[in-house]
Amino acid sequence: MMKPLLQVEGLVTEIGGARVVDDVSFHIAVGETYALLGESGSGKSMTALSLMRLLPEGGRLAAGSIVLGGTDVRALPERAMRDVRGGGMAMIFQEPMLALNPVVTVGRQIVEVLARHRGLAGRPARDAARALLDAVGVPDAERRLDSYPFELSGGLRQRAMIAMALAGEPKLLIADEPTTALDVTIQAQVLDVLRRLKAARQMGMLLITHDLGVVAGNADRVGVMYAGELVEEGVRDAFFASPQHPYSRMLFEALPRSGDGGRLTTIPGQVPPLDAVFTGCRFAPRCPYAQDRCRTESPGWQTLGGQRVRCHFAGSLPVAAARGAGAARAVKAAAPLLAVDDLKVHFPIRRGLIQRTVGHVRAVDGVSFAIAAGRTLALVGESGCGKTTVGKALLHLIEPSAGAVTLAGETITSANLGSLRRQAQMVFQDPFGSLNPRMRVADILLEGMDALGVGVPGERRAAVARLLAQVGLPDDAGSRYPHAFSGGQRQRIAIARALAVSPRLVICDEPTSALDVSVQAQILNLLRDLQDALGLAYLFITHNLAVVEYLAHEVAVMYLGRIVEHGSASDVLRAPRHPYTQALVSAVPRIEPGTGVGVIRLAGDQPSPLNPPTGCHFHPRCAHASAVCRETYPDKTELGDGHWARCHWVAAQTN
Amino acid sequence: MTYLPVVLWTDALVFVLLAAGAVLAWAIRRQEHLRAPWRSVAQRPMAMGAALVLGVFVVIGLLDSLHYRERLPDSAPGNPQYSVEVLSVFDALLGALRTQKEKTYSAPLAMQLYAKEFIERDGERVRDYPRLQYGGAHLAHPDERLPDIARRVLRGVVEGLAAGLIAFGLVAAWDARRRRVALAAWLAGWRHGTLGWPARTVVVVLALLAVLGATLVQLAAGYHVLGTDKVGQDVLYISLKSIRTGLVIGTLTTLVTLPLAIGLGIAAGYFRGWVDDVIQYVYTVLNSIPGVLLIAAAVLIVQVYIESNPELFDTAAARADIRLLALCLIMGVTSWTGLARLLRGETLKLRTLDYVEAARAFGVSHARILGRHIFPNVFHLVLIAIVLDFSGLVLAEAVLSYVGVGVDPSMYSWGNMINGARLELAREPIVWWQLVAAFVFMFTLVLAANLFADGVRDAFDPRQQGRR
Repeated sequence: MMKPLLQVEGLVTEIGGARVVDDVSFHIAVGETYALLGESGSGKSMTALSLMRLLPEGGRLAAGSIVLGGTDVRALPERAMRDVRGGGMAMIFQEPMLALNPVVTVGRQIVEVLARHRGLAGRPARDAARALLDAVGVPDAERRLDSYPFELSGGLRQRAMIAMALAGEPKLLIADEPTTALDVTIQAQVLDVLRRLKAARQMGMLLITHDLGVVAGNADRVGVMYAGELVEEGVRDAFFASPQHPYSRMLFEALPRSGDGGRLTTIPGQVPPLDAVFTGCRFAPRCPYAQDRCRTESPGWQTLGGQRVRCHFAGSLPVAAARGAGAARAVKAAAPLLAVDDLKVHFPIRRGLIQRTVGHVRAVDGVSFAIAAGRTLALVGESGCGKTTVGKALLHLIEPSAGAVTLAGETITSANLGSLRRQAQMVFQDPFGSLNPRMRVADILLEGMDALGVGVPGERRAAVARLLAQVGLPDDAGSRYPHAFSGGQRQRIAIARALAVSPRLVICDEPTSALDVSVQAQILNLLRDLQDALGLAYLFITHNLAVVEYLAHEVAVMYLGRIVEHGSASDVLRAPRHPYTQALVSAVPRIEPGTGVGVIRLAGDQPSPLNPPTGCHFHPRCAHASAVCRETYPDKTELGDGHWARCHWVAAQTN
Repeated sequence: MTYLPVVLWTDALVFVLLAAGAVLAWAIRRQEHLRAPWRSVAQRPMAMGAALVLGVFVVIGLLDSLHYRERLPDSAPGNPQYSVEVLSVFDALLGALRTQKEKTYSAPLAMQLYAKEFIERDGERVRDYPRLQYGGAHLAHPDERLPDIARRVLRGVVEGLAAGLIAFGLVAAWDARRRRVALAAWLAGWRHGTLGWPARTVVVVLALLAVLGATLVQLAAGYHVLGTDKVGQDVLYISLKSIRTGLVIGTLTTLVTLPLAIGLGIAAGYFRGWVDDVIQYVYTVLNSIPGVLLIAAAVLIVQVYIESNPELFDTAAARADIRLLALCLIMGVTSWTGLARLLRGETLKLRTLDYVEAARAFGVSHARILGRHIFPNVFHLVLIAIVLDFSGLVLAEAVLSYVGVGVDPSMYSWGNMINGARLELAREPIVWWQLVAAFVFMFTLVLAANLFADGVRDAFDPRQQGRR
């Protein structure tokens, strides 16, 4: 066997009294990608910070050894660590906006690393920095050297971050959720860059992620972490073919997958706090297979073929039942509950002394759709395409500039907003920002009922109890404050708040994107149950296509303020016609090995809605663009069954 | 009835403030998220020690705010006449300290005046330091002075320690009973600091205060502990009476500041648009006018008003009091801008949060959003600002009085003491005790307030949460 690049043995990291990393051992060979997989709070980022010895205040490496290319990192004095950080191993962080200094140009930030680790200065340093930006695929690298981070888009920023990490020519690259903050098409670009660079430079890579799809496409070997411990480790293909630990299996089953009508498997409960004293298997309280032995005796490693598992019953667990395909959801044709016609939201740009309007940001530019009762329309698109603005404009949280919104036959104007607000409500993305930390849960739920005068005042308390039961929260939740709840529970509270006024339409703005996979499954199941029970219509705003496949009946794809393709979920996602939709669908990382076509790569980023391209907005990034695309905006091309796209290329094909 | 209670304007406001504080404390007790930070304040030894010292000042200030006028002894029973002099309960407690006036300056603990005079001695006119009328009057010979002082200090220390011990016993008995543990176990916990509250600090500070108080009482019975001023008034008495002035300035000004700062700051941040423009314009203008100038102008206007309407104020105390109130008002009007700006910024952040959007989606009214969502979430900033501003205001009073635009010259205040001592600093030998007394009292109050404010800020600052 090849000598490993990084060898970690029995690593223990403590912060305060909590063992955030507990007896973790793994190794990474030269040119290998090792993926650490786990939910938030499982200790994977702490493992990375332990390797770099960059622990937060109060943290310390309590035991274990970290050997990088023959040197024991733990034994090095702090002075020598400076050579290791950046030179021996480098790190890419999740949020490039926070990891880059906003007041220093990209070039100087890269040169800083070059000067420290390669002793370059002046012209050679600048040339080396440009070569690095070229290597990570930043177009027009010479000019970008003098750009500030805020002048770059998210994808370019992350590339600049990677260039900075590579500047010290590290042997090991640690990527901590490198693409979580990016859109799928940009994520595909960045992952591609990482793969290419790793192969070219023969680096080892530690990839930290919670996304099984990212792991499937990039890792050679996989380690699953749970509550500070490594619970399973194996070669990627073996791991994806037959995950052995119950936790790994449930992670797979919790993922919404295409063609799946049934309920998602959820993992009950949540990751335990790490300052607890553990007896027995840490996963036992949430494990459906747990027996008495699991609760008293901590399992050791068991080897099964190419995999190592920490489970007493590894190999003897029942094969996971194939998920029932589930009845195809009944399609009820009904009169539309919500009809939106040519909705526009333009934000004026004011300049000068008298604040004259000099232009408009066309955030939403003529959007029309309809939703029937009991149905779900998913509004899909990358960040900045205006999908959230549509949701807020529907509720008049942002005043629409033009267009008509008809709800249950009633056209909504500023005069009858009350009626709108009783019938349509919103669930927000961030469960931590959407609940007032100074109010009890019961008061939060009562707020809407009081404001809109729903129900009889004396019976509202009873209504609160009913709502809490409906979203699966304990009875005593009402008297507690939001901070006592986890992210998933908070999202349940937010859903209960929306339901408090018995709306018929709920606008869900990325309700699961801040949640872990297992919790996301709980919330998706809840949303579906509520729809079945109450006949709710959902406008589901998301960038996560896997969730769309699970929940939506219809899909509308937005690009730069306009809907470019619309149709039933199966049509749009299985047979996308618009080149943008095709790229979007192909860019989603899949966990099934070797599925279908390769990723269609989109050049560049979404243009600014302030100054959209002429003709079809998508033509600068489109592989099929022709002269007509540059001049006129395409009309609808009907593709049958209510499926339509706005594309000259599609129109040419169908004629 | 031998007393006529007098309620001055500032007295009324001080007690309104006390009641408001009590209501607030009661409300905080019921809100877990507000109670938790206060509990953490109570666990900090420094903050608790400072709070005890502050408590002594506050008690003195409150006692000094209960005013009355005595009935003249020779007034007819059917038509009672009252003295024009307004006294307070605190004056009554101090007893003779107020009335034992010497002729002019005398040094601390002296038994003779500070300047030589012609005196009759054995029928002969000699130029010498005359004996004081009260200070050290019980001594027959100057040589007895130091032993007498030592004796009194010793007795004071012993009495103070005894009082401290009794206080310790009471605290121990009360807390042990509350926790239902044996006294011995409690004592062991106290010694090791494992009681969950800084009992050691509290007991030590209590004992120190008791020792200091008892020593002062012992000495003041026979001497002028901090000397006398130009007109022979006891400096210790003046310093103690100045406490009320400092506290009133520090607290009432805040009372004026808060509605302005909270109302305007939150409104500017929440409503944006022209409301924001107007409010920002107002506080930018206000900030660009030199504060002292504005205060001087306002105080002069009030002074003219008082003098042209003498019938409205029946006593000198009432006149001085209305000027103090005017000073609080004008200082409040000039000092709300900092907090308002802070609250505006915080509100700008809060109004974009999802829970405010959610409330708007329910059609909740603006007033309700401000009351339920915005204000509770900026309240910690208000609290921090109150305690931090307090010490600044106490110091500002001293500066303003020194410049001559502060409180009425007849009012006891540290600023007036410093102003009075100013000219005497050039005298040879120097008259230093007035300045030092004012300095020590002000320093103690401001230091205690600042240490307490530090504790409050640390407890309420969300960024500090992880470090506790």
